[in-house]
Amino acid sequence: MIRFLSDDGTPTGDLPLSETELLRGYRAMVRGRLVDDRMVVLQRQGRMSVYPSFRGQEAAQVGSALALEAGDWMIPSYRESCAAIEHGLPLHQLILYWRAHPAGWHFPQGLRLLPFSIPIATHLPQAVGVSVAGRYHREPWVAMTFVGDGGTSEGDFHEALNFAAVMNAPLVFVVQNNGWAISVPTHKQMKNTKIADRARGYGIPGVVVDGNDLVAVWYAAREAVRRARAGKGPALLEAVTYRMSPHTTSDDPKRYRGEDEVERWAAKDPIMRLRTALEGRGVWDDAQEAELRRSVKAEIEEAVREANASPEPAPHEIVEQVFAEMTQDQKWAWEALRDH
Amino acid sequence: MPVAPTLVKTTYREAVRAAMQEALERDDRVFLMGEDVGAYGGCYAVSLGLLEEFGPERIRDTPLSESAFVGAGIGAALAGMRPIVEVMTVNFSLLALDQILNNAATILHMSGGQFNVPLVIRMATGAGRQLAAQHSHSLEGWYAHIPGIRVLTPATVEDARGMLWPALMDPDPVLIFENALLYNLEGEIAEDAGPVSIDQAIVRHSGTDITLITYGGSLGKTLQAAKELQRDGIGAEVIDLRTLRPLDMGTVLASVRKTNRALIVDEGWRSGGISAEITTRLVEEAFYDLDAPVARVCSEEVPIPYAKHMEEAAIPQVPKIVAAAREVMGFDE
Repeated sequence: MIRFLSDDGTPTGDLPLSETELLRGYRAMVRGRLVDDRMVVLQRQGRMSVYPSFRGQEAAQVGSALALEAGDWMIPSYRESCAAIEHGLPLHQLILYWRAHPAGWHFPQGLRLLPFSIPIATHLPQAVGVSVAGRYHREPWVAMTFVGDGGTSEGDFHEALNFAAVMNAPLVFVVQNNGWAISVPTHKQMKNTKIADRARGYGIPGVVVDGNDLVAVWYAAREAVRRARAGKGPALLEAVTYRMSPHTTSDDPKRYRGEDEVERWAAKDPIMRLRTALEGRGVWDDAQEAELRRSVKAEIEEAVREANASPEPAPHEIVEQVFAEMTQDQKWAWEALRDH
Repeated sequence: MPVAPTLVKTTYREAVRAAMQEALERDDRVFLMGEDVGAYGGCYAVSLGLLEEFGPERIRDTPLSESAFVGAGIGAALAGMRPIVEVMTVNFSLLALDQILNNAATILHMSGGQFNVPLVIRMATGAGRQLAAQHSHSLEGWYAHIPGIRVLTPATVEDARGMLWPALMDPDPVLIFENALLYNLEGEIAEDAGPVSIDQAIVRHSGTDITLITYGGSLGKTLQAAKELQRDGIGAEVIDLRTLRPLDMGTVLASVRKTNRALIVDEGWRSGGISAEITTRLVEEAFYDLDAPVARVCSEEVPIPYAKHMEEAAIPQVPKIVAAAREVMGFDE
C-alpha cells in the first residue's frame, strides 16, 4: 500500500508534493469537510433531500481530483460531491443538486463533469466512451471515474475494465474502498483482499493507496493520469478509506457496525493527518486554520443564500427535459400540468 | 413536369450500409461499434466493406459485452460524438437494458437538460429464421414504452436508407429496429435518395373500408393481405407506423375516421404490447368513429418455437390477417 504519512500524520520519508501542493490539498479537504457538515445540517433541517455524506473520504476524493488537469473529464458516482467541487462544481449548484432542484442538475457550460451516477457502476462503461471520445476529437483529455467497493461486484464494473483495456482508454478508475456497501462489509462482497487485484485480471495495472493519506492518493492518481495521457491506457487506483457517516442521511449504521470500528478510523482522519504533517513542517498554525475555516464558512453561507434564491420550479417543467423537443403528447401533458 | 428521379435497384441490407457509409463520410463524429462489425462485416453483413473504407478506429469491433459498448456509446455521445452502436439482435440488447432505459433515456432529464445523448443503436429484430425462443424476440414495442428514446422501425428500402441520418442528427437516443427478414428485401430507390421523416406514419396502400395498422417486418404481409382483401371487394388502407415512439396517431386517426374500422398487425406479443397502446388510443380518441371493435393480429403468447411450421404458426401471417380483417368487416352493428 502506497503511503507517505503514518497513521498519526508523521511523514514516513520525503514527500513527493511541493509545499504549495500540500497546502492546496489541505485547504480543499477542509473545504470539503465543512461543506459536507453543512449539507448534513441542511438535510436535518429539512432543507435538503437525501444526501450521501463523504466524511472521512476527503483525501481519496481531493487527491484524485487534483490529479486531473483542465480539459479532463470526471464521471462521478453519488458519493463524489467532494471530488466534484474540487473539479469545479460551484457550491450553490451542489446544494441545488442534492436539493433535487433541476437548476442544480445543469452544470456550468464547459465543466467536464457528468451528473452523479445514482445507479451503481453503470457510469463506468460510459466513462470508457467519454475517455475514448477525446481520441476522435484529437483532444488529449483523460477521464477519471469513481466507484465504491460494492460497485466492483457489478457486471458493468468488469465489462468496463475489460472494454477500457482493449480500447486502451485514457481512463483512471478510482475505487474508494470505504469498507461498507450500505450494510454489507467488503469481505462479504468479495473474496479478494485487494480490490486492485481485480484490475490485473483485465491486463491493467491496479495499485492500492492509503486513501486517508492525501499525499499518497494525489501522487498515485497523478501517475495514473500521466500514464493514461501518454497513451499507456487505463489504470485502477484502490483508495483504502472508511465511510465515517451513514450510507446516506436515510441510513442508521448502528444496525450493522460497531462504534469501535468507527473510532479506530476516526484516529486516522485524513485532515488531521495532513495537518500534523504541515504543522511539523512549520507551515500551518492555529491562526491559519481559524482563518481558513472562517473564509470557507463564509463561502458556504453565500452558496446557501444563492441556492435559496433559485425560484421554485413549476410542476409542468417535468415534461420539458425528456426529449430535446416536446412531442405532441408531451405538449398536451405540459399544458394540462400548467393549467391544473 | 418534374423529371422523374433515376431509380436504382437495391436491397434493405445495402440501403442500411449506404446510409452508414454516407454518415461516416459526412460527419467525422460518426463511428460504428459492435460485435463482428469489422472484418466479418456484421452478423447480417450490413457493414461489409466499411472497415476497409474507414479503418478500425471508426469501424470498431467490440468484446461480447453489450452493456459495455452501449454504455461506451452513451459516454461517447455525451462527449460530442455521434456513435452508431450495432447490437447484434434485440435479444442481446437485454444485457444493455439498464444502459438504455436507466441511462440513455434519463440523462437529459437528470442533467437538467444539459446533456443530450445523440446515440443511435441499431439492432435486428423479429422471428422467422428458425433461431428459436431466445433469438427471435420482437421487443420494439416494449422499448417504445420508455419516454426519452425514439423508436424507429424502417420497413422499406427507402426508410432503411433514409432514417439513419436524421436519427444521428437527432439530439435524443434513437433505437432503430431492422427486422432480420427484411435484409434481403429488394426495392427501387432514387439514386439520390436522402433523409426521410422520422416523425410520421405513412399510408402505404389506400382504402376506404378498414385500416390495417402495422410496421416493420409485418408491413409486407399486411400489404399482401390488403391485396387479397381487394379481390373480395374490401378496400383496406395500410398504415406503416414507421416510428413507434413518438406514435403518429394523427395519421392513424385520420384513416380510422374514414374507414371506421381498425385492425392492428404486430409481431410483438399481445398483452401490454404496442398493439394494446394503439387500441387504447383509438378507444380514447376515436371511439364514436368506430363501427366495429378494434382487432389485433399479434404473435402467439409463447416463446417463439424452433421448428419452421411451428414458428410460422406463432407469428402473424397473411391468412390470419385476412381472416381477422374479414371478421372486423362482418361485424354486425
